[in-house]
Amino acid sequence: MYHSRVRVTLRPSILDPQGKAVEHAIENLDVGPVSHVRIGKYVEFLVDEQEEDAARRATEAVCRKLLANPVMEDFSYELTRV
Amino acid sequence: MHANRVTFGVVVFPGSNCDHDTYYVCKKILGQDAVFLWHKDEDLRGVDAVILPGGFSYGDYLRCGAIARFSPIMKQVGRFALEGGTVLGICNGFQILLEAGLLPGVLLRNTSLRFVCRRARLRVENAGTRFTSLFTPGESVSFPVAHGDGNYFTDPETLERLNARGQIVFRYANDQGEVTPEANPNGSLENVAGVINEEGNVLGMMPHPERASDPVLGMTDGQRLFRSMIEWCIINVRGERQEVAQCQT
Repeated sequence: MYHSRVRVTLRPSILDPQGKAVEHAIENLDVGPVSHVRIGKYVEFLVDEQEEDAARRATEAVCRKLLANPVMEDFSYELTRV
Repeated sequence: MHANRVTFGVVVFPGSNCDHDTYYVCKKILGQDAVFLWHKDEDLRGVDAVILPGGFSYGDYLRCGAIARFSPIMKQVGRFALEGGTVLGICNGFQILLEAGLLPGVLLRNTSLRFVCRRARLRVENAGTRFTSLFTPGESVSFPVAHGDGNYFTDPETLERLNARGQIVFRYANDQGEVTPEANPNGSLENVAGVINEEGNVLGMMPHPERASDPVLGMTDGQRLFRSMIEWCIINVRGERQEVAQCQT
């Protein structure tokens, strides 16, 4: 069994107004120079496979077909054997 | 079934909320036949045209339209579209068509981060489609918009192709019918409000023609979009069927 932890992030070319709004809020915290705020998604799930390769293939299929829209998003993931 | 009437199929997803308005307009305002198609249905029950209505299918979870595209009915809608069937996606329906890959691009969050709900003016950029034949090219029409994610985006090559092939059917315009940045309610690229596929049988648009059809609501430009579809279906779909029927008798 493998634990997949997926991050879906907006591609660099895509404007992120939500990130901008959060950035403006951070400015009000007065904690110093914080910039380039981008908002993404975190998704985790279990893959019931014995081999890491199979778990990797399953995770990538889930990401490509559903979790990330390649027009605007990239994804990365980590696998841990559990 | 009636020779001079067409049957619209209005798909109902969990969270659709313009399905009844659309059904009402097809049936009561336009005098056509209409059926609801449940998202779990696996056949289109012989309809002449499919409409994916507005709403918040699956609560807009993950991305707008991302879950709805995996509904059983969408397999049939995809097949129907590939065979040249007439498919209209309004608002959330447009988002679903993009997620399903039946139209190019994506709809991002409005740049204002606000949900916009108001009357919009649109310029008809292509009046040569089966959805817009009753408009005149460059005409300015009035449809309401109501969305939080209507900011159309695609890569520059795709945008160029869409422009070159007349696939951008509607753009947001001001009261004078000019396409200006101020008239853009959501930040969409080049004020894009509606896009058609290359084959010309699948249209997606953020504005709501069904909310601009009943005279009681003060706007009737939307009627012409549905009437264009009806006219096309009667000539091309019904005409074909009558020929087939005559050959068989």
